[in-house]
Amino acid sequence: MSDALLSLDGVHTHIGQYHILQGVDLVVPRGELTVLLGRNGAGKTTTLRTIMGLWPPSKGTITFDGQSIGGRATPDIARLGIGYVPESMGVFADLTVAENMRLAARLGPPDTARLDWIFGLFPALKRFWQLPAGLLSGGQKQMLSIARAIVEPKSLILIDEPTKGIAPAIIEGMITAFKELKRAETTILLVEQNFRFAASLGDSVAIMDDGRIVHRGTMQALAADSALQTRLLGLSLAAHQ
Amino acid sequence: MATTTLRPATDDLPKTPRDLLPVLIAPVLALAALPLIGSPTTWVTLTVAALAMGMMIFVIASGLTLIFGLMDVLNFGHGAFIAIGAYMAMTVLAPLSGWVQSDALSLNLAALLLAVIAAMIGTGVLGWAFERVIVRPVYGQHLKQILITMGGLIVAEQLIHVVWGGDQKPMPLPGGLRGAITIGDFALEKFRLLAVAVGLTVFIVMQLVLNRTKVGLLIRAGVENREMVEALGYRIRQLFVGVFIAGSALAGLGGTMWALYRETLTAAIGGDVMVLVFIVIIIGGLGSVGGCFLGAILVALMANYTGFLAPKIAVASNILLMVAILMWRPQGLYPVARR
Repeated sequence: MSDALLSLDGVHTHIGQYHILQGVDLVVPRGELTVLLGRNGAGKTTTLRTIMGLWPPSKGTITFDGQSIGGRATPDIARLGIGYVPESMGVFADLTVAENMRLAARLGPPDTARLDWIFGLFPALKRFWQLPAGLLSGGQKQMLSIARAIVEPKSLILIDEPTKGIAPAIIEGMITAFKELKRAETTILLVEQNFRFAASLGDSVAIMDDGRIVHRGTMQALAADSALQTRLLGLSLAAHQ
Repeated sequence: MATTTLRPATDDLPKTPRDLLPVLIAPVLALAALPLIGSPTTWVTLTVAALAMGMMIFVIASGLTLIFGLMDVLNFGHGAFIAIGAYMAMTVLAPLSGWVQSDALSLNLAALLLAVIAAMIGTGVLGWAFERVIVRPVYGQHLKQILITMGGLIVAEQLIHVVWGGDQKPMPLPGGLRGAITIGDFALEKFRLLAVAVGLTVFIVMQLVLNRTKVGLLIRAGVENREMVEALGYRIRQLFVGVFIAGSALAGLGGTMWALYRETLTAAIGGDVMVLVFIVIIIGGLGSVGGCFLGAILVALMANYTGFLAPKIAVASNILLMVAILMWRPQGLYPVARR
Protein backbone atom coordinates (compact mmCIF):
# COMPACT_ATOMS: atom_id res chain seq x y z
CA MET A 1 0.00 0.00 0.00
CA SER A 2 1.20 3.54 -0.80
CA ASP A 3 2.04 6.08 1.90
CA ALA A 4 -0.85 7.94 3.51
CA LEU A 5 -1.79 11.30 2.04
CA LEU A 6 -4.56 11.81 4.59
CA SER A 7 -5.05 10.18 7.94
CA LEU A 8 -7.61 10.60 10.69
CA ASP A 9 -6.66 9.42 14.15
CA GLY A 10 -9.32 9.13 16.83
CA VAL A 11 -11.43 11.95 15.39
CA HIS A 12 -14.56 12.95 17.25
CA THR A 13 -17.07 15.51 16.00
CA HIS A 14 -19.98 16.99 17.88
CA ILE A 15 -22.77 18.89 16.15
CA GLY A 16 -24.61 20.71 18.88
CA GLN A 17 -25.47 18.12 21.50
CA TYR A 18 -25.03 15.21 19.09
CA HIS A 19 -21.85 13.14 19.18
CA ILE A 20 -21.58 12.11 15.50
CA LEU A 21 -18.01 10.90 14.93
CA GLN A 22 -16.86 8.76 17.83
CA GLY A 23 -13.20 8.10 17.20
CA VAL A 24 -12.70 7.76 13.44
CA ASP A 25 -9.41 6.18 12.33
CA LEU A 26 -8.99 6.39 8.58
CA VAL A 27 -6.07 6.29 6.14
CA VAL A 28 -6.28 7.49 2.54
CA PRO A 29 -3.26 6.21 0.58
CA ARG A 30 -1.63 8.56 -1.91
CA GLY A 31 -2.66 8.01 -5.53
CA GLU A 32 -5.50 5.64 -4.68
CA LEU A 33 -9.27 5.81 -4.65
CA THR A 34 -10.55 5.01 -1.19
CA VAL A 35 -14.24 4.32 -0.75
CA LEU A 36 -16.04 5.12 2.47
CA LEU A 37 -19.13 2.96 2.77
CA GLY A 38 -21.80 2.72 5.40
CA ARG A 39 -25.48 2.94 6.13
CA ASN A 40 -27.39 6.22 6.26
CA GLY A 41 -26.45 8.14 9.37
CA ALA A 42 -23.20 6.24 9.89
CA GLY A 43 -21.18 9.48 9.79
CA LYS A 44 -19.72 9.44 6.25
CA THR A 45 -20.76 12.97 5.28
CA THR A 46 -19.72 14.26 8.70
CA THR A 47 -16.28 12.71 8.14
CA LEU A 48 -15.82 14.63 4.87
CA ARG A 49 -17.13 17.86 6.37
CA THR A 50 -14.82 17.46 9.35
CA ILE A 51 -11.83 16.96 7.04
CA MET A 52 -12.83 20.14 5.16
CA GLY A 53 -13.15 22.10 8.40
CA LEU A 54 -16.85 22.75 7.87
CA TRP A 55 -17.49 21.08 11.20
CA PRO A 56 -14.43 21.25 13.46
CA PRO A 57 -13.30 18.06 15.20
CA SER A 58 -13.78 18.10 18.97
CA LYS A 59 -10.97 15.60 19.49
CA GLY A 60 -8.35 13.67 17.52
CA THR A 61 -5.93 14.60 14.76
CA ILE A 62 -6.31 14.98 11.03
CA THR A 63 -3.05 14.92 9.07
CA PHE A 64 -2.78 15.88 5.42
CA ASP A 65 0.49 15.48 3.58
CA GLY A 66 2.43 15.55 6.84
CA GLN A 67 0.74 18.56 8.44
CA SER A 68 -2.04 18.75 10.97
CA ILE A 69 -5.20 20.35 9.53
CA GLY A 70 -7.71 19.61 12.29
CA GLY A 71 -9.47 22.78 13.36
CA ARG A 72 -8.08 24.93 10.55
CA ALA A 73 -10.42 27.21 8.62
CA THR A 74 -12.05 25.72 5.53
CA PRO A 75 -10.40 28.08 3.00
CA ASP A 76 -6.97 27.28 4.43
CA ILE A 77 -7.64 23.55 4.11
CA ALA A 78 -8.90 23.96 0.54
CA ARG A 79 -5.78 25.95 -0.34
CA LEU A 80 -3.62 22.97 0.59
CA GLY A 81 -4.96 21.29 -2.53
CA ILE A 82 -8.10 19.55 -1.32
CA GLY A 83 -11.15 19.63 -3.60
CA TYR A 84 -14.61 18.99 -2.22
CA VAL A 85 -17.75 17.78 -3.97
CA PRO A 86 -20.57 17.94 -1.40
CA GLU A 87 -23.61 15.72 -1.37
CA SER A 88 -25.75 18.72 -2.29
CA MET A 89 -23.35 19.38 -5.21
CA GLY A 90 -23.05 23.02 -4.15
CA VAL A 91 -23.28 24.49 -7.65
CA PHE A 92 -24.05 28.19 -7.76
CA ALA A 93 -27.42 28.11 -9.51
CA ASP A 94 -27.53 31.81 -10.40
CA LEU A 95 -24.07 31.69 -11.99
CA THR A 96 -23.40 30.23 -15.42
CA VAL A 97 -21.40 27.04 -15.87
CA ALA A 98 -18.50 29.23 -17.05
CA GLU A 99 -18.75 31.44 -13.96
CA ASN A 100 -18.85 28.40 -11.68
CA MET A 101 -15.67 27.13 -13.30
CA ARG A 102 -14.05 30.55 -13.21
CA LEU A 103 -14.57 30.75 -9.45
CA ALA A 104 -13.21 27.24 -8.95
CA ALA A 105 -10.03 28.23 -10.79
CA ARG A 106 -8.76 30.20 -7.81
CA LEU A 107 -5.16 30.50 -8.96
CA GLY A 108 -6.03 32.03 -12.32
CA PRO A 109 -7.53 31.03 -15.62
CA PRO A 110 -7.14 27.30 -16.26
CA ASP A 111 -5.18 26.34 -19.34
CA THR A 112 -7.12 25.29 -22.38
CA ALA A 113 -5.66 21.79 -22.36
CA ARG A 114 -7.02 21.09 -18.87
CA LEU A 115 -10.44 22.43 -19.80
CA ASP A 116 -10.44 20.29 -22.93
CA TRP A 117 -9.61 17.30 -20.72
CA ILE A 118 -12.58 18.17 -18.49
CA PHE A 119 -14.85 18.65 -21.49
CA GLY A 120 -13.72 15.22 -22.67
CA LEU A 121 -14.88 13.77 -19.35
CA PHE A 122 -18.07 15.80 -19.17
CA PRO A 123 -19.10 16.95 -22.68
CA ALA A 124 -22.37 18.48 -21.41
CA LEU A 125 -20.44 21.23 -19.64
CA LYS A 126 -19.05 22.58 -22.91
CA ARG A 127 -22.48 22.46 -24.44
CA PHE A 128 -24.12 24.39 -21.60
CA TRP A 129 -21.12 26.64 -20.89
CA GLN A 130 -23.01 29.94 -20.88
CA LEU A 131 -26.21 28.73 -19.22
CA PRO A 132 -27.08 29.33 -15.56
CA ALA A 133 -26.12 26.23 -13.60
CA GLY A 134 -29.57 26.16 -12.05
CA LEU A 135 -30.97 25.04 -15.41
CA LEU A 136 -28.82 21.91 -15.58
CA SER A 137 -30.23 18.49 -14.81
CA GLY A 138 -29.19 16.73 -11.60
CA GLY A 139 -26.58 14.68 -13.41
CA GLN A 140 -25.16 17.70 -15.19
CA LYS A 141 -24.95 19.59 -11.90
CA GLN A 142 -23.02 16.68 -10.46
CA MET A 143 -20.66 16.79 -13.45
CA LEU A 144 -20.16 20.51 -12.88
CA SER A 145 -19.51 19.98 -9.20
CA ILE A 146 -16.84 17.38 -9.94
CA ALA A 147 -15.39 19.49 -12.76
CA ARG A 148 -15.01 22.41 -10.38
CA ALA A 149 -13.05 20.21 -8.01
CA ILE A 150 -10.59 19.20 -10.72
CA VAL A 151 -10.31 22.40 -12.76
CA GLU A 152 -7.01 22.94 -10.97
CA PRO A 153 -4.68 20.06 -10.07
CA LYS A 154 -5.55 18.82 -6.59
CA SER A 155 -3.70 16.52 -4.22
CA LEU A 156 -6.92 15.08 -2.83
CA ILE A 157 -10.56 15.15 -3.83
CA LEU A 158 -13.38 14.42 -1.38
CA ILE A 159 -16.56 13.34 -3.13
CA ASP A 160 -19.82 12.76 -1.29
CA GLU A 161 -22.31 10.36 -2.88
CA PRO A 162 -22.00 11.46 -6.51
CA THR A 163 -24.48 8.86 -7.78
CA LYS A 164 -27.32 9.82 -5.45
CA GLY A 165 -30.44 10.38 -7.53
CA ILE A 166 -28.49 10.25 -10.80
CA ALA A 167 -29.65 8.36 -13.91
CA PRO A 168 -27.77 5.09 -14.68
CA ALA A 169 -26.51 6.40 -18.04
CA ILE A 170 -24.82 9.34 -16.31
CA ILE A 171 -23.39 7.04 -13.63
CA GLU A 172 -21.66 5.07 -16.39
CA GLY A 173 -20.13 8.33 -17.63
CA MET A 174 -19.04 9.09 -14.09
CA ILE A 175 -17.30 5.74 -13.77
CA THR A 176 -15.35 6.54 -16.93
CA ALA A 177 -14.44 9.96 -15.51
CA PHE A 178 -13.26 8.55 -12.18
CA LYS A 179 -11.17 5.91 -13.95
CA GLU A 180 -9.57 8.72 -15.93
CA LEU A 181 -8.85 10.60 -12.68
CA LYS A 182 -7.30 7.44 -11.24
CA ARG A 183 -5.09 7.12 -14.30
CA ALA A 184 -3.93 10.68 -13.56
CA GLU A 185 -2.99 9.39 -10.06
CA THR A 186 -5.43 11.71 -8.30
CA THR A 187 -6.07 10.67 -4.70
CA ILE A 188 -9.79 10.39 -4.04
CA LEU A 189 -11.86 9.75 -0.94
CA LEU A 190 -15.28 8.73 -2.20
CA VAL A 191 -18.34 8.41 0.02
CA GLU A 192 -20.81 6.12 -1.70
CA GLN A 193 -23.87 3.97 -1.02
CA ASN A 194 -23.99 2.42 -4.49
CA PHE A 195 -21.79 -0.60 -3.85
CA ARG A 196 -21.59 -1.68 -7.49
CA PHE A 197 -20.32 1.80 -8.44
CA ALA A 198 -17.93 1.81 -5.49
CA ALA A 199 -16.64 -1.69 -6.21
CA SER A 200 -15.90 -0.82 -9.84
CA LEU A 201 -13.62 2.04 -8.79
CA GLY A 202 -12.24 1.53 -5.31
CA ASP A 203 -8.72 0.44 -4.46
CA SER A 204 -9.23 0.42 -0.73
CA VAL A 205 -12.37 0.59 1.36
CA ALA A 206 -13.42 1.66 4.82
CA ILE A 207 -16.83 0.93 6.29
CA MET A 208 -18.45 3.15 8.90
CA ASP A 209 -21.10 2.40 11.44
CA ASP A 210 -22.28 4.55 14.34
CA GLY A 211 -19.54 7.14 13.87
CA ARG A 212 -16.63 4.67 13.77
CA ILE A 213 -14.67 2.79 11.12
CA VAL A 214 -15.61 -0.86 11.55
CA HIS A 215 -13.70 -2.34 8.62
CA ARG A 216 -10.67 -1.42 6.51
CA GLY A 217 -9.18 -3.38 3.63
CA THR A 218 -8.96 -3.67 -0.10
CA MET A 219 -12.03 -3.27 -2.25
CA GLN A 220 -11.05 -6.40 -4.13
CA ALA A 221 -11.28 -8.48 -0.95
CA LEU A 222 -14.62 -6.99 0.07
CA ALA A 223 -16.10 -7.38 -3.41
CA ALA A 224 -15.16 -11.06 -3.39
CA ASP A 225 -16.65 -11.81 0.03
CA SER A 226 -20.43 -11.63 -0.06
CA ALA A 227 -20.72 -12.85 3.53
CA LEU A 228 -18.59 -9.92 4.70
CA GLN A 229 -20.66 -7.53 2.60
CA THR A 230 -23.84 -8.83 4.14
CA ARG A 231 -22.44 -8.62 7.64
CA LEU A 232 -21.05 -5.09 7.28
CA LEU A 233 -23.44 -3.49 4.84
CA GLY A 234 -26.55 -5.58 5.24
CA LEU A 235 -26.61 -6.31 1.50
CA SER A 236 -24.25 -8.08 -0.86
CA LEU A 237 -22.88 -6.87 -4.21
CA ALA A 238 -25.05 -9.47 -5.92
CA ALA A 239 -28.16 -7.75 -4.56
CA HIS A 240 -27.09 -4.51 -6.25
CA GLN A 241 -26.94 -6.12 -9.69
CA MET B 1 -10.19 33.32 -18.95
CA ALA B 2 -8.70 31.12 -21.58
CA THR B 3 -12.03 29.63 -22.46
CA THR B 4 -14.23 32.67 -22.75
CA THR B 5 -14.40 32.05 -26.49
CA LEU B 6 -16.18 28.75 -25.84
CA ARG B 7 -19.83 28.95 -26.67
CA PRO B 8 -22.58 26.38 -26.27
CA ALA B 9 -24.23 24.83 -29.28
CA THR B 10 -27.27 26.88 -30.14
CA ASP B 11 -29.63 24.06 -30.95
CA ASP B 12 -31.76 22.17 -28.46
CA LEU B 13 -30.61 24.12 -25.39
CA PRO B 14 -32.93 24.98 -22.53
CA LYS B 15 -33.69 28.65 -22.77
CA THR B 16 -32.65 30.98 -19.99
CA PRO B 17 -35.96 32.06 -18.45
CA ARG B 18 -36.42 35.81 -18.46
CA ASP B 19 -38.68 36.75 -15.59
CA LEU B 20 -39.91 40.16 -16.66
CA LEU B 21 -43.27 40.11 -14.90
CA PRO B 22 -42.06 41.98 -11.78
CA VAL B 23 -40.48 44.67 -13.96
CA LEU B 24 -43.89 45.36 -15.48
CA ILE B 25 -45.44 46.18 -12.10
CA ALA B 26 -43.82 49.64 -11.93
CA PRO B 27 -45.13 50.94 -15.29
CA VAL B 28 -48.52 49.32 -14.65
CA LEU B 29 -48.71 51.01 -11.25
CA ALA B 30 -47.69 54.34 -12.75
CA LEU B 31 -50.19 54.11 -15.60
CA ALA B 32 -52.95 52.99 -13.24
CA ALA B 33 -52.34 56.08 -11.12
CA LEU B 34 -52.62 58.48 -14.08
CA PRO B 35 -56.45 58.51 -14.40
CA LEU B 36 -56.79 58.68 -10.61
CA ILE B 37 -54.48 61.71 -10.39
CA GLY B 38 -56.10 63.33 -13.41
CA SER B 39 -53.57 66.01 -14.25
CA PRO B 40 -50.65 64.77 -16.41
CA THR B 41 -48.33 67.49 -15.07
CA THR B 42 -49.04 66.48 -11.47
CA TRP B 43 -48.59 62.84 -12.44
CA VAL B 44 -45.17 63.58 -14.01
CA THR B 45 -44.10 65.59 -10.97
CA LEU B 46 -45.15 62.79 -8.61
CA THR B 47 -43.54 60.11 -10.75
CA VAL B 48 -40.21 61.93 -11.05
CA ALA B 49 -40.27 62.63 -7.31
CA ALA B 50 -40.93 58.92 -6.74
CA LEU B 51 -38.08 57.89 -9.00
CA ALA B 52 -35.73 60.23 -7.10
CA MET B 53 -36.94 58.92 -3.76
CA GLY B 54 -36.67 55.35 -5.03
CA MET B 55 -33.09 55.85 -6.16
CA MET B 56 -32.08 57.25 -2.77
CA ILE B 57 -33.74 54.34 -0.98
CA PHE B 58 -32.03 51.95 -3.39
CA VAL B 59 -28.60 53.47 -2.67
CA ILE B 60 -29.20 52.99 1.05
CA ALA B 61 -30.77 49.53 0.76
CA SER B 62 -28.43 47.93 -1.79
CA GLY B 63 -25.59 47.48 0.69
CA LEU B 64 -27.91 46.17 3.37
CA THR B 65 -29.42 43.53 1.10
CA LEU B 66 -25.94 42.24 0.19
CA ILE B 67 -24.91 42.22 3.86
CA PHE B 68 -27.95 40.12 4.70
CA GLY B 69 -27.61 37.88 1.66
CA LEU B 70 -23.92 37.21 2.15
CA MET B 71 -23.74 36.58 5.89
CA ASP B 72 -27.35 36.35 7.13
CA VAL B 73 -26.71 39.44 9.24
CA LEU B 74 -29.76 41.50 10.20
CA ASN B 75 -28.18 44.91 10.63
CA PHE B 76 -30.69 47.26 12.21
CA GLY B 77 -27.78 49.61 12.82
CA HIS B 78 -27.65 50.50 9.11
CA GLY B 79 -29.69 53.58 9.92
CA ALA B 80 -26.77 54.92 11.97
CA PHE B 81 -24.63 55.17 8.83
CA ILE B 82 -27.41 57.06 7.06
CA ALA B 83 -27.54 59.64 9.83
CA ILE B 84 -23.81 59.91 10.43
CA GLY B 85 -23.14 60.21 6.69
CA ALA B 86 -25.62 63.06 6.47
CA TYR B 87 -24.09 64.87 9.49
CA MET B 88 -20.57 64.44 8.11
CA ALA B 89 -21.71 65.88 4.78
CA MET B 90 -23.33 68.80 6.62
CA THR B 91 -20.07 69.40 8.49
CA VAL B 92 -18.09 69.51 5.23
CA LEU B 93 -20.66 71.74 3.51
CA ALA B 94 -20.68 74.31 6.35
CA PRO B 95 -17.25 75.87 5.62
CA LEU B 96 -17.99 75.61 1.89
CA SER B 97 -21.05 77.84 2.17
CA GLY B 98 -19.64 80.14 -0.49
CA TRP B 99 -19.57 77.29 -2.99
CA VAL B 100 -22.95 75.99 -1.83
CA GLN B 101 -24.69 79.34 -2.19
CA SER B 102 -23.00 80.18 -5.46
CA ASP B 103 -25.09 80.25 -8.62
CA ALA B 104 -22.34 78.35 -10.42
CA LEU B 105 -23.43 74.74 -10.76
CA SER B 106 -19.82 73.56 -10.99
CA LEU B 107 -19.04 74.99 -7.53
CA ASN B 108 -22.26 73.50 -6.12
CA LEU B 109 -21.38 70.08 -7.49
CA ALA B 110 -17.78 70.36 -6.28
CA ALA B 111 -18.99 71.11 -2.74
CA LEU B 112 -21.45 68.23 -2.89
CA LEU B 113 -18.77 65.90 -4.23
CA LEU B 114 -16.43 66.74 -1.34
CA ALA B 115 -19.27 66.26 1.15
CA VAL B 116 -20.25 62.93 -0.35
CA ILE B 117 -16.63 61.69 -0.39
CA ALA B 118 -16.22 62.64 3.27
CA ALA B 119 -19.53 60.99 4.18
CA MET B 120 -18.67 57.78 2.35
CA ILE B 121 -15.14 57.53 3.77
CA GLY B 122 -16.38 58.31 7.28
CA THR B 123 -19.24 55.82 7.20
CA GLY B 124 -17.03 53.22 5.51
CA VAL B 125 -14.51 53.43 8.35
CA LEU B 126 -17.32 53.35 10.91
CA GLY B 127 -18.78 50.35 9.11
CA TRP B 128 -15.46 48.53 9.44
CA ALA B 129 -15.38 49.24 13.19
CA PHE B 130 -19.08 48.35 13.58
CA GLU B 131 -18.50 44.96 11.92
CA ARG B 132 -15.48 44.17 14.08
CA VAL B 133 -16.89 45.29 17.41
CA ILE B 134 -20.63 44.79 17.20
CA VAL B 135 -21.53 42.36 14.41
CA ARG B 136 -18.68 39.82 14.47
CA PRO B 137 -19.47 38.41 17.92
CA VAL B 138 -23.05 37.60 16.91
CA TYR B 139 -22.65 35.87 13.55
CA GLY B 140 -25.35 33.23 13.10
CA GLN B 141 -27.44 34.52 16.03
CA HIS B 142 -30.32 36.49 14.55
CA LEU B 143 -32.00 37.52 17.79
CA LYS B 144 -28.74 38.84 19.22
CA GLN B 145 -28.02 40.60 15.92
CA ILE B 146 -31.33 42.45 16.09
CA LEU B 147 -30.79 43.45 19.70
CA ILE B 148 -27.17 44.49 19.43
CA THR B 149 -27.44 46.33 16.11
CA MET B 150 -30.56 48.11 17.34
CA GLY B 151 -28.55 49.05 20.41
CA GLY B 152 -25.74 50.26 18.14
CA LEU B 153 -28.25 52.48 16.31
CA ILE B 154 -29.47 54.00 19.59
CA VAL B 155 -25.90 54.63 20.78
CA ALA B 156 -25.00 56.20 17.43
CA GLU B 157 -28.00 58.52 17.60
CA GLN B 158 -27.02 59.63 21.09
CA LEU B 159 -23.45 60.21 19.96
CA ILE B 160 -24.81 62.42 17.18
CA HIS B 161 -26.62 64.46 19.85
CA VAL B 162 -23.34 64.79 21.73
CA VAL B 163 -21.23 65.79 18.71
CA TRP B 164 -23.66 67.83 16.63
CA GLY B 165 -26.42 68.71 19.13
CA GLY B 166 -29.97 67.48 19.41
CA ASP B 167 -31.76 70.20 17.49
CA GLN B 168 -32.95 69.94 13.92
CA LYS B 169 -30.30 71.14 11.44
CA PRO B 170 -30.92 72.84 8.13
CA MET B 171 -29.40 71.13 5.10
CA PRO B 172 -30.14 73.59 2.30
CA LEU B 173 -29.82 72.59 -1.31
CA PRO B 174 -27.02 74.32 -3.23
CA GLY B 175 -28.26 77.30 -5.22
CA GLY B 176 -27.70 75.72 -8.60
CA LEU B 177 -29.73 72.67 -7.67
CA ARG B 178 -32.77 74.62 -6.56
CA GLY B 179 -35.73 75.07 -8.82
CA ALA B 180 -36.87 73.07 -11.77
CA ILE B 181 -36.18 72.47 -15.42
CA THR B 182 -39.33 73.15 -17.42
CA ILE B 183 -40.09 71.03 -20.47
CA GLY B 184 -43.39 72.15 -21.97
CA ASP B 185 -45.94 71.98 -19.17
CA PHE B 186 -43.75 69.70 -17.08
CA ALA B 187 -41.48 70.96 -14.32
CA LEU B 188 -38.72 68.59 -13.26
CA GLU B 189 -36.87 69.52 -10.07
CA LYS B 190 -33.11 69.65 -10.60
CA PHE B 191 -32.12 67.86 -7.41
CA ARG B 192 -34.52 65.02 -8.12
CA LEU B 193 -32.94 64.56 -11.55
CA LEU B 194 -29.52 64.50 -9.86
CA ALA B 195 -30.77 61.89 -7.38
CA VAL B 196 -32.06 59.73 -10.24
CA ALA B 197 -28.69 60.05 -12.00
CA VAL B 198 -26.76 59.13 -8.85
CA GLY B 199 -29.03 56.14 -8.14
CA LEU B 200 -28.79 54.86 -11.71
CA THR B 201 -25.00 55.26 -11.64
CA VAL B 202 -24.75 53.25 -8.40
CA PHE B 203 -27.01 50.56 -9.86
CA ILE B 204 -25.00 50.30 -13.10
CA VAL B 205 -21.67 50.21 -11.25
CA MET B 206 -22.99 47.52 -8.89
CA GLN B 207 -24.24 45.46 -11.81
CA LEU B 208 -20.89 45.77 -13.57
CA VAL B 209 -18.96 44.80 -10.44
CA LEU B 210 -21.29 41.90 -9.61
CA ASN B 211 -21.37 40.52 -13.15
CA ARG B 212 -18.02 41.38 -14.68
CA THR B 213 -15.47 41.00 -11.89
CA LYS B 214 -14.25 38.04 -9.88
CA VAL B 215 -15.05 39.83 -6.62
CA GLY B 216 -18.57 40.30 -7.91
CA LEU B 217 -18.82 36.62 -8.79
CA LEU B 218 -17.66 35.76 -5.29
CA ILE B 219 -20.30 38.02 -3.75
CA ARG B 220 -23.05 36.47 -5.90
CA ALA B 221 -21.82 32.98 -5.14
CA GLY B 222 -21.46 33.81 -1.43
CA VAL B 223 -25.03 35.10 -1.25
CA GLU B 224 -26.14 31.75 -2.66
CA ASN B 225 -23.87 29.34 -0.76
CA ARG B 226 -21.09 30.85 1.33
CA GLU B 227 -19.98 27.46 2.65
CA MET B 228 -19.15 26.28 -0.87
CA VAL B 229 -17.26 29.49 -1.58
CA GLU B 230 -15.08 28.73 1.44
CA ALA B 231 -14.63 25.13 0.29
CA LEU B 232 -13.23 26.54 -2.95
CA GLY B 233 -10.53 28.27 -0.93
CA TYR B 234 -11.85 31.81 -0.61
CA ARG B 235 -11.88 33.61 2.74
CA ILE B 236 -15.42 34.89 2.70
CA ARG B 237 -15.06 36.77 6.00
CA GLN B 238 -12.69 39.21 4.28
CA LEU B 239 -15.14 39.56 1.43
CA PHE B 240 -17.92 40.22 3.90
CA VAL B 241 -15.94 42.94 5.65
CA GLY B 242 -15.43 44.58 2.25
CA VAL B 243 -19.15 44.37 1.47
CA PHE B 244 -20.01 45.72 4.92
CA ILE B 245 -17.70 48.70 4.41
CA ALA B 246 -19.09 49.36 0.92
CA GLY B 247 -22.67 48.99 2.18
CA SER B 248 -22.00 51.44 5.02
CA ALA B 249 -20.40 53.91 2.62
CA LEU B 250 -23.43 53.68 0.33
CA ALA B 251 -25.65 54.36 3.35
CA GLY B 252 -23.55 57.48 3.96
CA LEU B 253 -24.08 58.55 0.34
CA GLY B 254 -27.81 57.80 0.57
CA GLY B 255 -28.08 59.63 3.88
CA THR B 256 -26.49 62.74 2.37
CA MET B 257 -28.89 62.65 -0.57
CA TRP B 258 -31.88 61.98 1.70
CA ALA B 259 -31.03 64.91 4.00
CA LEU B 260 -30.65 67.24 1.00
CA TYR B 261 -33.99 65.94 -0.33
CA ARG B 262 -35.66 66.84 2.98
CA GLU B 263 -33.45 69.93 3.49
CA THR B 264 -33.42 69.22 7.22
CA LEU B 265 -31.50 66.83 9.39
CA THR B 266 -32.07 65.14 12.73
CA ALA B 267 -30.36 62.21 14.42
CA ALA B 268 -33.46 60.11 13.75
CA ILE B 269 -33.19 60.48 9.98
CA GLY B 270 -31.74 56.99 9.63
CA GLY B 271 -34.36 55.25 11.73
CA ASP B 272 -37.12 57.07 9.84
CA VAL B 273 -36.06 55.76 6.46
CA MET B 274 -35.11 52.26 7.63
CA VAL B 275 -38.74 51.12 7.64
CA LEU B 276 -38.88 51.77 3.89
CA VAL B 277 -35.44 50.21 3.42
CA PHE B 278 -36.49 46.95 5.08
CA ILE B 279 -39.69 46.83 3.03
CA VAL B 280 -37.60 47.31 -0.11
CA ILE B 281 -35.13 44.52 0.60
CA ILE B 282 -37.91 42.12 1.62
CA ILE B 283 -40.07 42.65 -1.44
CA GLY B 284 -37.03 42.68 -3.72
CA GLY B 285 -35.78 39.31 -2.41
CA LEU B 286 -33.13 39.21 0.31
CA GLY B 287 -29.68 39.50 -1.23
CA SER B 288 -30.92 40.55 -4.67
CA VAL B 289 -29.59 43.87 -5.96
CA GLY B 290 -31.90 43.84 -8.99
CA GLY B 291 -34.88 43.10 -6.76
CA CYS B 292 -33.80 45.86 -4.41
CA PHE B 293 -33.70 48.35 -7.30
CA LEU B 294 -37.18 47.40 -8.47
CA GLY B 295 -38.53 47.25 -4.91
CA ALA B 296 -37.24 50.78 -4.20
CA ILE B 297 -39.01 52.18 -7.26
CA LEU B 298 -42.27 50.42 -6.35
CA VAL B 299 -42.17 51.59 -2.73
CA ALA B 300 -41.47 55.17 -3.78
CA LEU B 301 -44.19 55.20 -6.46
CA MET B 302 -46.69 53.83 -3.96
CA ALA B 303 -45.67 56.34 -1.28
CA ASN B 304 -45.94 59.32 -3.61
CA TYR B 305 -49.18 58.36 -5.33
CA THR B 306 -50.99 57.44 -2.11
CA GLY B 307 -49.54 60.51 -0.40
CA PHE B 308 -51.28 62.61 -3.06
CA LEU B 309 -54.47 60.60 -3.51
CA ALA B 310 -55.18 59.37 0.00
CA PRO B 311 -52.77 60.82 2.55
CA LYS B 312 -54.46 58.98 5.42
CA ILE B 313 -53.44 55.56 4.05
CA ALA B 314 -50.04 56.67 2.77
CA VAL B 315 -48.21 55.27 5.78
CA ALA B 316 -49.87 51.87 5.47
CA SER B 317 -49.71 51.71 1.68
CA ASN B 318 -46.24 50.21 1.51
CA ILE B 319 -47.10 47.62 4.12
CA LEU B 320 -50.04 46.64 1.92
CA LEU B 321 -47.73 46.58 -1.11
CA MET B 322 -45.34 44.28 0.73
CA VAL B 323 -48.15 41.96 1.83
CA ALA B 324 -49.51 41.79 -1.73
CA ILE B 325 -46.10 41.01 -3.24
CA LEU B 326 -45.25 38.40 -0.62
CA MET B 327 -48.60 36.70 -1.17
CA TRP B 328 -47.71 36.52 -4.87
CA ARG B 329 -44.02 35.70 -4.42
CA PRO B 330 -43.20 34.72 -0.83
CA GLN B 331 -39.43 34.94 -1.46
CA GLY B 332 -39.68 38.42 -3.00
CA LEU B 333 -39.68 39.62 -6.59
CA TYR B 334 -36.26 38.24 -7.54
CA PRO B 335 -35.26 35.67 -4.94
CA VAL B 336 -31.67 34.52 -4.87
CA ALA B 337 -31.21 30.78 -5.39
CA ARG B 338 -30.30 29.10 -2.13
CA ARG B 339 -28.30 25.98 -1.39
